[in-house]
Amino acid sequence: MGVIMLKISEDKCIGCKICIDKCPFDALKMENSIAVVNAEKCTLCGACVEPCPVDAIALEQKKKSKKDLSAYKGVWVLAEQRENQLMNVSYELVSEGRKLADAINEDLSAVILGSNIKEEAKKLIAYGADHIYIIEDEELKDYRTSTYTKVITDLIESYKPEIVLLGATHNGRDLGPRLSARLKTGLTADCTKLEIDEEEGILLQTRPAFGGNLMATIICPDHRPQMSTVRPGVMNMVEPDEKRKGDIKEVNVKLGESIDLNVKRKVFNVTSDISKIDIFTRIKEIVKEARASVNLEDADIIVSGGRGVGNPKGFGIIKSLASALNGEVGASRAVVDEGWIDQDHQVGQTGKTVKPKLYIACGISGAIQHRAGMNGADYIIAINTDKDADIFGICDYGIVGDLHTIVPLMIEAFAS
Amino acid sequence: MNIIVCIKQVPNTNEVKIDPKKGTLIREGVPSIINPEDKHGLEEAIRLKEKVGGKITVLTMGPPQAKVALKEALAMGADEAILVSDRAFAGSDTLATSYVLSKAIEKIGAFDIIFCGRQAIDGDTAQVGPQIAENLGISQVTYATKFEMNGDLIEVRRALEDGYSVVETKLPVLVTVLDKINKPRYPSIKGVVNAFSKSEIKVLSAADLSLDEERLGLDGSPTKVKKTFVPTHEKMGEILDGTPEEKVSKLINILKDVKIV
Amino acid sequence: MNFNLTDQQEMIRKVLKDFTEREVEPIAAEIDETCEFPVENLKKMAAADIMGIPFPQKYGGAGADTLSYAIAVEELSYACATHGVILSAHTSLGADPIAKYGTEEQKQKYLVPLANGEKLGAFGLTEPNAGTDAASQKTTAVLDGDEYVINGNKIFITNAGFADIFIIMAMTDKSQGTRGISAFIIEKDTEGFTLGKKEVKMGINASDTRELIFKNCRIPKENLLAKEGYGFKIAMGTLDGGRIGIAAQALGIAQRALDESVQYAKEREQFGRPIGKFQAIQFKIAEMATKVEAARNLVYKAALKKDSGESFSTEAAMAKYFASDISVDVAREAIQILGGYGYMKEYPVERLMRDAKITEIYEGTTEVQKMVIGSSFLR
Repeated sequence: MGVIMLKISEDKCIGCKICIDKCPFDALKMENSIAVVNAEKCTLCGACVEPCPVDAIALEQKKKSKKDLSAYKGVWVLAEQRENQLMNVSYELVSEGRKLADAINEDLSAVILGSNIKEEAKKLIAYGADHIYIIEDEELKDYRTSTYTKVITDLIESYKPEIVLLGATHNGRDLGPRLSARLKTGLTADCTKLEIDEEEGILLQTRPAFGGNLMATIICPDHRPQMSTVRPGVMNMVEPDEKRKGDIKEVNVKLGESIDLNVKRKVFNVTSDISKIDIFTRIKEIVKEARASVNLEDADIIVSGGRGVGNPKGFGIIKSLASALNGEVGASRAVVDEGWIDQDHQVGQTGKTVKPKLYIACGISGAIQHRAGMNGADYIIAINTDKDADIFGICDYGIVGDLHTIVPLMIEAFAS
Repeated sequence: MNIIVCIKQVPNTNEVKIDPKKGTLIREGVPSIINPEDKHGLEEAIRLKEKVGGKITVLTMGPPQAKVALKEALAMGADEAILVSDRAFAGSDTLATSYVLSKAIEKIGAFDIIFCGRQAIDGDTAQVGPQIAENLGISQVTYATKFEMNGDLIEVRRALEDGYSVVETKLPVLVTVLDKINKPRYPSIKGVVNAFSKSEIKVLSAADLSLDEERLGLDGSPTKVKKTFVPTHEKMGEILDGTPEEKVSKLINILKDVKIV
Repeated sequence: MNFNLTDQQEMIRKVLKDFTEREVEPIAAEIDETCEFPVENLKKMAAADIMGIPFPQKYGGAGADTLSYAIAVEELSYACATHGVILSAHTSLGADPIAKYGTEEQKQKYLVPLANGEKLGAFGLTEPNAGTDAASQKTTAVLDGDEYVINGNKIFITNAGFADIFIIMAMTDKSQGTRGISAFIIEKDTEGFTLGKKEVKMGINASDTRELIFKNCRIPKENLLAKEGYGFKIAMGTLDGGRIGIAAQALGIAQRALDESVQYAKEREQFGRPIGKFQAIQFKIAEMATKVEAARNLVYKAALKKDSGESFSTEAAMAKYFASDISVDVAREAIQILGGYGYMKEYPVERLMRDAKITEIYEGTTEVQKMVIGSSFLR
């Protein structure tokens, strides 16, 4: 088998340079008005192929005989529980999974491991699951890589789902790659968007890369199941429909014994013997911790207050809004100098430089020293009574108004 | 104690800027660095070696310029450096990458512990570490923020979203670390000089590792990139109008649409 | 002719840049106010072998070259000129004389702890009545049995309050003129050796500058460096190397001033557009950038020449004269570009101008440099 190469057709290339811009690895350049590839830098990522307006670029691949993947059916969601409570991401995934299952005309199943989760698990039917697989055992109470991987692999190999989704939680990102490596299939991490390709019927998985500077749409055309981890809070949870019906399959795992699955229509045997796992891990303890002190530089959301806040007490609503959004509190230099809030919160030339996804500037005029500290934010929202304030020049959306009116309305809206 | 540290040379994505007119990444002038979390893994390995003795081998799969990252690792305190490099690896996804790395680790021979960063700042997948552990059939502990060895037993503090769990395991083990776990030392200038004058970096190709060609590069990668795009938006500067309630309502909807809240 | 740094030098620059960004930048403005000597950072620098970059590993150094050392001073000075001069005075003035002229015993006893950063070095030549006219210095050293007795004072000594080892020039034979001056190694806390109070300065505020007072200070005769009468030659040779350090310090300051100006010019809008779009600012930036680039080439070449073993005095003098001159210039323009904001301590550029000025004065004033250069051509 030869090395796969990127081929650029000299005849077709019109020298438009679009491919050069698209390359994330600086591997393309112009030579004699034709695009040429630097094989040392090219990682065969394929980002240049589609954008070429004259289809001059191709990734040359050997024609492989396609595997028969028709046995794989159904969308699975690996639901996650902590201390016998389903995590929100499980509801979000079932909601999303329902859409995908409908798009490919198949069933949606949720799989849950734990020690006392039957009642919790049933809730997933109202969110769209057709079947729930419940595997209960003391050994499965808390997540452990070895036991969970073994049980789920056995289930997947027996039931052959076409698509498997799991939450990109700390545990999900521990389990997902282990599963996909054991199953020798593709896993796409931290998906923010999932769709079914109309032509091929396969999953299109879109996710951020390069620290969020680039979005990539990934496919897993020749391997099954197609696996994705999905970020919590990204997919929408539907309104639960208590009238929905679904069936519960209890998979009994006993140490050293085979499992009998008794369901209305089918009876099957799956042996998942977790007694012989010789990877020793033990959870010694689980500790809940309050969040650490002000960490503006890592914050995704910052609600910031300036002179318009009026006085130290005024920061109360700023803090409440930050709380409601799970964000941090920032401040302009002026109010820190006045002593209305601690210096730890200062954003700007002589404060911290921040790059959050969302920066809400309340009562901040937007002088250059403050802008220097926050103009790298993805989305900037400004609230100020002065319609000519500088801050409106760099914001995405602005509200000309009194923050003492606007912010409480926002808190109310987010709380609901 | 035989310690292996897997590192990756990555562009410093914190410095990557977007060309606002073309909507593309500006990669020029962006320095290449050792992936930050991998550096924390190397630091943890060095501290372990300082405590119990042993040898640290640092390993990376990459193009020839990844040698610079390995030199920096040697300057920090690694004993040996190995670069696994071959044109056949181009286009590898995490499964293909972890296959190559685990084969390289098998070639290195006996090992007690493997340190990796949790994830790289370019791929952001956090998949290679666990996949290597699976290929080698050893236990894994991810999201480590504290690592302790008490005789035979390893105790790792594993970060959870709302706290942490303490996991006990035995060698051999693969640990992926978060930046919270330690503050990496600066490579000493003496270390840098010696890394360049005394140390040899071993380079292994696909043939040296007797790899199965079908599992390499694009062929060995179940996941493929269909397309990429740069997510930008022009600063709208749109002033919302209406009553205060209406303005807030419009704002909330906009924020929900772009999935920030 | 290859203008590129080697991979090793690039990595050394990277280490220093990282260190400076994380450890120096956060405290630079603060220590300028408090005048607090950065003791903790020096410990961290010692741990990273930054205190002995150009010295052989067998003497506790890092075993790198002069250019790497110059780069270190440049990168440190980018954030804080004080950190730059502390390293420069310690390395070039305190430790280098011992490396060049010391006996094996002296190297083991003094160079090793200096190179590995355990101890800090300093150098005393200047006196109240002997600045540019260094040869007229009056401090005396009289041999009495197994000891030399030192009497006199030195002023404006960098690192004085924290140094452990001092290289001091003193007259051993007045009748010989400059050939009657000798160099000595004097340890702090030696009886008869006291320090004056810390000077309050215009810039490099956290650098500890004091008077040294010697009153019947007795030191072992083994602490003579080289031979009697060699002191002036040692001093001049030492200053030649020190000039490269100071030139690198000036370069770091100038580069910072340039970068701050460029960033501000892109962000600050007046008359509806960034001021960088106006030709007046563009021309200023062009001039500043060209001066910095020229200075860089002179500094790096002087460093390379020193390591080649050839005579490098002229190159070092040119580098120091030019780099110090443009650093004051570029810093001044930076303040001008930042306008009112530039005058405020909120922005770092006013500190850059206050720090830059001293580079035209110490380790040989610009006038001295010109004398050195001129006479090398007109001999």
